[in-house]
Amino acid sequence: MAEEKEKKKGFFARLREGLSRTRDGVISGMDRLFSGTAQIDGDFYEELEEIMITGDIGVSATDEIMTKLKKQVREQHIKDPAQCRELLIQNIREQMHVGEDAYDFEKGPSVVLIIGVNGVGKTTSVAKLASIYKADGRKVLIAAADTFRAAAKDQLEVWCQRAGVDMISGAEGADPGSVVYDAVTAAKARHTDVLLIDTAGRLHNKKNLMQELAKLDRIISREYPDCKRENLLVLDAATGQNALSQAREFSDVAKLTGVVLTKMDGTSKGGIAIAVQSELGIPVKYIGVGEQLDDLQRFDPDAYVAALFDTSDEEC
Amino acid sequence: MAFESLSEKLSNVFRKLSGKGKLSESDVTQAMKEVKMALLEADVNFKVVKQFVNTVSQRAVGSDVMNGLNPAQQVIKIVNEEMIRLMGPATTELSFAQGGDITVIMMCGLQGSGKTTTAAKLAAKLTLKGKRPLLAALDVYRPGAIRQLQVNGEKAGVPVFTLEGSKDPCEIAKEAVSYAEKSNRNVVLLDTAGRLQIDEDMMRELQEIRRTVDVTQSLLVVDAMTGQEAVNVAKTFDEKVGIDGVILSKMDGDTRGGAALSVKAVTGKPILFVGMGEKMADLEQFHPDRMASRILGMGDVLTLIEKAQEVQTEEDEKKNKEMTDRLKKGRFDFNDYLDTMKQMRKLGGMSSILSMMPGLGISKDELEGAVDEKKLARIEAIVLSMTPAERANPKLLTPQRKFRIARGSGNDIADVNRFLKQFRQMQEMVKKMPGLTGRKRHGNPFGGMSGFQGFGRRGGFPF
Repeated sequence: MAEEKEKKKGFFARLREGLSRTRDGVISGMDRLFSGTAQIDGDFYEELEEIMITGDIGVSATDEIMTKLKKQVREQHIKDPAQCRELLIQNIREQMHVGEDAYDFEKGPSVVLIIGVNGVGKTTSVAKLASIYKADGRKVLIAAADTFRAAAKDQLEVWCQRAGVDMISGAEGADPGSVVYDAVTAAKARHTDVLLIDTAGRLHNKKNLMQELAKLDRIISREYPDCKRENLLVLDAATGQNALSQAREFSDVAKLTGVVLTKMDGTSKGGIAIAVQSELGIPVKYIGVGEQLDDLQRFDPDAYVAALFDTSDEEC
Repeated sequence: MAFESLSEKLSNVFRKLSGKGKLSESDVTQAMKEVKMALLEADVNFKVVKQFVNTVSQRAVGSDVMNGLNPAQQVIKIVNEEMIRLMGPATTELSFAQGGDITVIMMCGLQGSGKTTTAAKLAAKLTLKGKRPLLAALDVYRPGAIRQLQVNGEKAGVPVFTLEGSKDPCEIAKEAVSYAEKSNRNVVLLDTAGRLQIDEDMMRELQEIRRTVDVTQSLLVVDAMTGQEAVNVAKTFDEKVGIDGVILSKMDGDTRGGAALSVKAVTGKPILFVGMGEKMADLEQFHPDRMASRILGMGDVLTLIEKAQEVQTEEDEKKNKEMTDRLKKGRFDFNDYLDTMKQMRKLGGMSSILSMMPGLGISKDELEGAVDEKKLARIEAIVLSMTPAERANPKLLTPQRKFRIARGSGNDIADVNRFLKQFRQMQEMVKKMPGLTGRKRHGNPFGGMSGFQGFGRRGGFPF
């Protein structure tokens, strides 16, 4: 597989490489637009809107971004499309900014609940997060609370071995609540810094499964009230507008504190994350660009936007 | 219902339209603007939306609508027709190898699109259709993938071929086909690893598999929640590997599933099946016309009826006949109750059935709360705690017996009494039924469903 050669590249390079493909779609369109258009007019805005929608940023978020941009252009008497572009970049960067204390929980003691629909990469993300924290010298414990999907535990076990982290698990089909309870008890007893809980993939419109999730959330609050809490929604970068519904529904039962944006090495660049941030105020905290353990990193809006809008030639 | 938000939006648009006698060009423009927004929010590909809206406007602004008596209905008709045209037009069946040759179906797609689950569901479906499928595990990369297929294969009652120690998907594919020959299996389903369509090495692997074994159908599994990229993914897979059809997975979410509209329109490849849940029976044939009806809020009764027929075995039919005979005499005992519950479960549970009923106006959300499958299981426990004599003759139940049943089923005596009361009401209803539905006698307990169909026609459009 492409693993070996991928490994040699830096994370930023790979993010850029991935994003360059978005640029081919979204941003190259923007650049063409910004450099090719002589003036800022209705057609200009319309095309800009179209480009953003094609990037999964969504109708409402695009509307909001456009309204703000138009206002700024008017107030600052901007005539040059290139200046308009700078404004747009700045706006998105500001919007995607992650708060100062966003990663305080990593120091522990904390419990991180990993949530998401089926197939977005929750299990892989758990393993990758574990390896980040471990590299920082934290004591990490993983709970395999996905007792539903066939072989979910096996998959996580392999990852745990690769990352060198302990795992608490139950039998297939067991109550995930019991796994969480055991894991929290173990985390307290072992003075673990970060307890990462992998949950089963669930569609957010399944009442019973959502209640199960609410229960997991409750168990943590009840059994470990003084730990730092983090509920992360894992989003596949290719997801469309349904991600908004996901974020809303999941947040209703287990208040979300951040998003893990996965599979950024594909052609979709997760414009939906901008929509989720814009409409629900949930920030992206981690971003994943590949299948290796070190391919998930803390989200850096500056690097993200810089890479997204970088127009220099690609060397990698 | 997957498309409920889209249908809501469309009906809002047309409610505004229907208030007027005639449509002006600006009315149509206004409506189309909202149709466009709704479709974009449903993740329909931008280019497809543009084309779609143009086609519909052109037809709508035409004279037949402008002079029509009920313009809104005509606009809906056009939207409906164009949707069917985009997604279909006709239902496409899976094709099999000619003669005695083994059919090889290759499943491919992005990571996490649901290939493994879908492969097992498809195998289960093919078994019901009288084929003898074999699942082959070609995902040698993802930890646990092979075990996942094995477990799912077991659930589906289909053997799974694995090649211990082999890291070569081509070799596994080849061995799987020759194993199928030896073990008298006539369909081989290749479950390949998830891959990005831009990963050249991985795409080459699929090409090599195609060269190694004679792939009859190559199917792309697409997550129904995918955004604007769905079209590019399908296009690239088709260009590099060649696909014959698409399966949309995770349609049981609340996604509006714009991918369904786009993929066919842009790639020309038909959508064959739709994944509607986690159970093995939850893979449905894709019907463009029904899907369009669904988008417009007309329910999906046809699918339900088909599903009911599919899970009916001969034994069921015999039982049904016996039961119908007894029902005719106004008799309905606990054994009949158990049989009915068993059949409902085969159909994917009560909420799944209700969600397909048209015009009920219940959202999936409300359904899941309203029908507690766990409660049904508790009730079933009550019946199962009865002796055969008690089941056949509900009148035998004395307080002592009820007490024993409550303890045996882990229920409260009040629960048992409540159920018995409901059961008596059910009996009363059954007694009245032969007189009420004298016109047609269905062999299955869902015969009453035919009543819902008319309901659907009535409740179809919101005006």
